[in-house]
Amino acid sequence: MQVYADNAATTKMSPTAIAAMLPYFDTVYGNPSSLHTPGQKAKEALENARATVAKCLGCEPREIIFTSGGSEADNQAILSAARLGARRGKKHIISTAFEHHAVLHTLNKLEDEGFEVTLLDVHENGLVTAQQVKEAIRPDTCLVTVMYANNEIGTIQPIAEIGAVCKEAGVPFHTDAVQAVGHLPIDVKKENIDLLSLSAHKFHGPKGVGALYVRHRFPLVNVIEGGAQERGKRAGTENLPGICGMAAALAESCAHMEANAKKVSALRDRLIQGLSQIPHSAVNGDLEHRLPGNVSFCFEGIEGESLLLLLDSKGVCASSGSACTSGSLDPSHVLLAIGRVHDVAHGSLRLTLCEYNTDEEIDHILKTVPEVVTYLRNMSPVWRDLQVGKRQYIL
Amino acid sequence: MALYSEKVMDHFMHPRNVGVLENPSGVGEVGNAKCGDIMKIYLKIENDIITDVKFETFGCGSAIASSSMATEMIKGKPVKEAMALTNKAVAEALDGLPAYKMHCSVLAEEAIKNALLDYYQKNGIPYDEADFPEGHSHEE
Repeated sequence: MQVYADNAATTKMSPTAIAAMLPYFDTVYGNPSSLHTPGQKAKEALENARATVAKCLGCEPREIIFTSGGSEADNQAILSAARLGARRGKKHIISTAFEHHAVLHTLNKLEDEGFEVTLLDVHENGLVTAQQVKEAIRPDTCLVTVMYANNEIGTIQPIAEIGAVCKEAGVPFHTDAVQAVGHLPIDVKKENIDLLSLSAHKFHGPKGVGALYVRHRFPLVNVIEGGAQERGKRAGTENLPGICGMAAALAESCAHMEANAKKVSALRDRLIQGLSQIPHSAVNGDLEHRLPGNVSFCFEGIEGESLLLLLDSKGVCASSGSACTSGSLDPSHVLLAIGRVHDVAHGSLRLTLCEYNTDEEIDHILKTVPEVVTYLRNMSPVWRDLQVGKRQYIL
Repeated sequence: MALYSEKVMDHFMHPRNVGVLENPSGVGEVGNAKCGDIMKIYLKIENDIITDVKFETFGCGSAIASSSMATEMIKGKPVKEAMALTNKAVAEALDGLPAYKMHCSVLAEEAIKNALLDYYQKNGIPYDEADFPEGHSHEE
């Protein structure tokens, strides 16, 4: 049995999304910028896709810019707000310590250019509060960027409350909603969001395509210069098959959101409850404000990469925030941000589910993970030291 | 999985010499939990021959595979040969390690050297300090 439980990394495409893409490879293959009939048919498909995406977010079609994915959307949103701020003499940005690297590394770049960045501390339950944002806002703050839901621990931030704080202070608000779109109900107007990033392959759409919602009249700067596509804000011939696949996948996810969330969160809760039986383990992140599909644990005395390799050999595809899986010496910045110490953060496991997962698959995971954890603990000198009292348990 | 060679995967999936030795002649432990790698090696030495060796490792796939391979390479060998084991030899015997995993083979070499140092010290055997570069320690 192979169980794919890494849906926060990427998802399997839905048959609906695949079918929606196919005509645009060899039938409606014109360039949307061309004046001839095939081009205009392509243009029509492009605008239909834009309307579909806009409807799912509660915005106008002209407020959607198609991009190559979530990272590009994050970059463009943040750089645009920064440039606007700089023109007004405002060079302070507020974000959080556990953002995706697409956000954090863009902020690092801005710091090198003289911007000041305040990274809010994340509470140990994996949440920041609107109050924290409110207290951090200064007269020279030009952007607040807070992720909608965290990619590693699945915690959902109080976006509507943060949006209200930003609106009151007159500060632009961006949210990296890559993990949330298609899974949580989102209304950018009600939530006072000015900029929102999304990525198609996180909701059963194709890879390499995403979108940036940008509130009407908010001035964007270009990350990619060239032709006049996307109202002149994102050059390059549009990835029409990808865009149509994304729109179809998003429409499908939004149509079945409630049923999917109910099914997936039931699987998630079974998994969390079962894995909690493993001694000296802990769930990462709040249990209530949590994505329907996210399960994140730390197991004391073992290391995550060896855990993943053994799980893979037994048919369970998962991920980890250990240093060895990231190729650096430090474990996941997300786990460190919520206060997990290095020793424990190395032994993390993330299982992310979707509506294609089944109860039988959860049974398989629940049988396999405890076996593998026990096996690795039995060869771990750390575990031996913990058991004989030479080292104190943290979890 | 293409990350590791077949040899690495074999030694990771089926590690040789896992465990502890009662009354070992020497014990060496290197690394720390903060960095995500700890290796502990136990040696049984009789008449200058390593008659038995066991290891315990907390770490990634290549750390476990390096421990397993290194113990195989010194088992039944004279102490002098074990002293000469290099991390490069361990990595080569595993058909190579990814560049950022080479430190796993370094840990294996250091753990063995630490266990040998422990053996020398316990038995009052003279040794050349130059063979044990600084930074090797039983404790964190």
